[in-house]
Amino acid sequence: MSSETTPSSKPVKSTGLHIGEAEPGCRKVDPILVADGVKRTFGGLTAVDVAHVEVPRGAITALIGPNGAGKTTFFNLLTGFDKPDAGTWQFDGRSLAHVPAYRVARMGLIRTFQLTKSLGLLSVLDNMKLGAKGQSGENLFRSLFPFMWRAQEQEIEAKAVELLTRFKLDAKKDDYAASLSGGQRKLLEMARALMSDPTLVMLDEPMAGVNPALTQSLLDHILDLKAQGMTVLFVEHDMHMVRHIADWVVVMAEGRIVAEGDPHTVMQDQAVIDAYLGAHHDTDLGAAQTSNVEALKELIDDEQ
Amino acid sequence: MIDWIAIFSNAAQELISPTTAAYALAALGLAIHFGYTGLLNFGQAGFMALGAYGYAISVLQFGWPVWAGILLGIGAAIVFALILGIPTLRLRADYLAIVTIAAAEILRLMFTTNTFEAVTGSANGLNGFRGFLSALNPIPAGTYGFGPFQYNEYDWFIRIIAWAVVALGVLFVWLIMRSPWGRVIKGIREDEDAVRSLGKNVYSYKMQSLILGGVLGALAGWLFILPRAVVPANYQTSLTFFIYAILLLGGAATVLGPVIGSMIFWVLLSFFSGFIARAVEAGWFPFMTQVQAGQLRFILVGVAIMLIVIFRPQGILGNKKELAFVK
Repeated sequence: MSSETTPSSKPVKSTGLHIGEAEPGCRKVDPILVADGVKRTFGGLTAVDVAHVEVPRGAITALIGPNGAGKTTFFNLLTGFDKPDAGTWQFDGRSLAHVPAYRVARMGLIRTFQLTKSLGLLSVLDNMKLGAKGQSGENLFRSLFPFMWRAQEQEIEAKAVELLTRFKLDAKKDDYAASLSGGQRKLLEMARALMSDPTLVMLDEPMAGVNPALTQSLLDHILDLKAQGMTVLFVEHDMHMVRHIADWVVVMAEGRIVAEGDPHTVMQDQAVIDAYLGAHHDTDLGAAQTSNVEALKELIDDEQ
Repeated sequence: MIDWIAIFSNAAQELISPTTAAYALAALGLAIHFGYTGLLNFGQAGFMALGAYGYAISVLQFGWPVWAGILLGIGAAIVFALILGIPTLRLRADYLAIVTIAAAEILRLMFTTNTFEAVTGSANGLNGFRGFLSALNPIPAGTYGFGPFQYNEYDWFIRIIAWAVVALGVLFVWLIMRSPWGRVIKGIREDEDAVRSLGKNVYSYKMQSLILGGVLGALAGWLFILPRAVVPANYQTSLTFFIYAILLLGGAATVLGPVIGSMIFWVLLSFFSGFIARAVEAGWFPFMTQVQAGQLRFILVGVAIMLIVIFRPQGILGNKKELAFVK
C-alpha cells in the first residue's frame, strides 16, 4: 500500500524557511501571506482566533488539525468567502481585509473547495476556459462581437487543452463535468485553478475521497506546482501525504495555531499530540479524581 | 356540425400573432434569467407592465414620439431591475423570487389605484395610442395575405414589427450566450461560489442578466399592447406563470425554445377554445355551459403541458443529456 503511494523519487524539501525558533506564529524569511489577529465567531463559538501566522513563499505548507479546528473557516476568511470579526491579513504585501472573493482571486490567490465545485452542466473544456483571467469576451458589449475575443479564446483553449493533457483529462474535454468521477473532479478543479497562473494555490482537502491510484498523480501535480514556482497551502488529514510533500506544517486546534515546524519535528510536538489525542490521554482519571467521587457519593446519600 | 376549418384557421393565426411574439420575447428574457443564470424571477409581468405603461403614458400623456416611449419603457425596466437586484442578488436565489413576485404585484396595484387615474387610467387602463404607430406605417391601406392569414395594413405592420423585434432578441441572446460572457453566466447557474473563486464579479454578472432579461420583458410588454389597450388586469401573476410554462415547454436554456414554446402554447390555447366553444354549441357536452367551456381550455392546455413536461422534461428544444445529471 505505502509503496504504491510513495513515488520512486523523493521530493526535494525546501528548508530554512523560518527565522528563529519554529514556534506558533514564527516569522518567515519570505512570507507570501501574513495574517494578524484574525478572529471569527459563530454566536458563542470561536471558530478561528489566529494571533499571527506567515506562509512561506515558494514552498508547500500544510494546514492540519483535528476536525472542527477551524481550518476551512480560516481558508474562507483568507479568500474573502467569509468576513472575520477582527484582524488584518496581507497577500504579497497587499491588504486583503474587506476585499471581495473575486478580487482576491484576481490578485493571484486561487482556492479550491473541500466539496468539489465543478460546474456540472458545462463541458470540461468550458470549466477550464472559465478559469482564465482578463478575458475581453467576458464584457457584455464586447461579447457581441466575436472578432474582439476570438484570438484570445483560441489562446485560452490551447492552454486549457495543454493543462487537461497534463492532468489526463483531455479525453473527457467535451463531456459535461457532471459526468466525471469524484477524483476526476478534484483534478479538474485543480487544473481550472491553474488556468489563471496563480501565485498562491490554496487546496482544501485535495485528497478527500480520492482513490489511492489517483492520489499519486494528485501528489505529483502538487509537487509540480512548487516546481513551477507557485506557493501551495493545503488542508489535509492524511498524515502520510503531509509528511511526504509538505515543507512546512501549521497545526490548528480549536481555532488557534498550536504548532508550526517541518513535518518531521511537528509530529513529535506535544501540543500536536494533545490536539489530536486530547491533553489528558495518558493521565489516570480514576486516581486523580477520587476526592470528587467521594464528594459526589456523599451528595447522593444526602439526597436520599 | 363543427366547423373544423374555422377552428384550425383561427389556431393557425396564433402562429404569427403579435401576442405570440410578445410572449416569446418575454419568455426569452426569462430564459436569460432562469435558464442561463439560474435567477428565479417571478415578476416578468411587472417588467412587461413597465414596457406597456412606459410607452402608453409617454405617447398619450407626454406627447412623446414612439421611439422615446419605447426607450422610457426600457429605462423603467432597468431601474426596476436595479431596485430588485441591489438588495437581493447577494442573497440566496429564493429571495429574488419572493421580492420579484411581490414587486410585480405592487406595480400592478399602483397602475390600478384611482390615485393616479389621470395618468394611468386606473382599472380601465389606457387606450387610443394606436394612431401614433400607424402614422409610421409604410404599408398602403388594404387587406393582404393568403389562406387564414388575411390582415389589414396595421395588423401586418405590427406583426412585422413584433417578429422583427423577436428575431433581433433571439440573435442577441444567441450571440451573448455563445461568448465568454455567456460562459460566466452559465457557470453562475451551476455554482456561483466556484465562479467567484475564479475571479469573476458574480454580483455584477447577475445584475447584468437581470437587467437584460427585464429589458426584453419590457419590449415584450410593448409588443403585447400593439393590438390592444393597456389594462392593469392583464399583468397579474398568472401572466408570469404562463410565460414560465412557455419557457419550460420550449426548453429553459435554449434560444429558440421560448419562440417555439410560445407558438405551441397559443396555437393549443386557440385550438382548444375554438373546439370547446363549438362543441358545446353543437351539443357535444350537454353538461356544460358556454361560460364553463371558456375555462376548460386552460385545463386542457395544462394537461397538454403536463404531458410534455412528463414525457419530454427538458422541453422541446432542450438537451436530453442535461437531465442525466440533474441534482
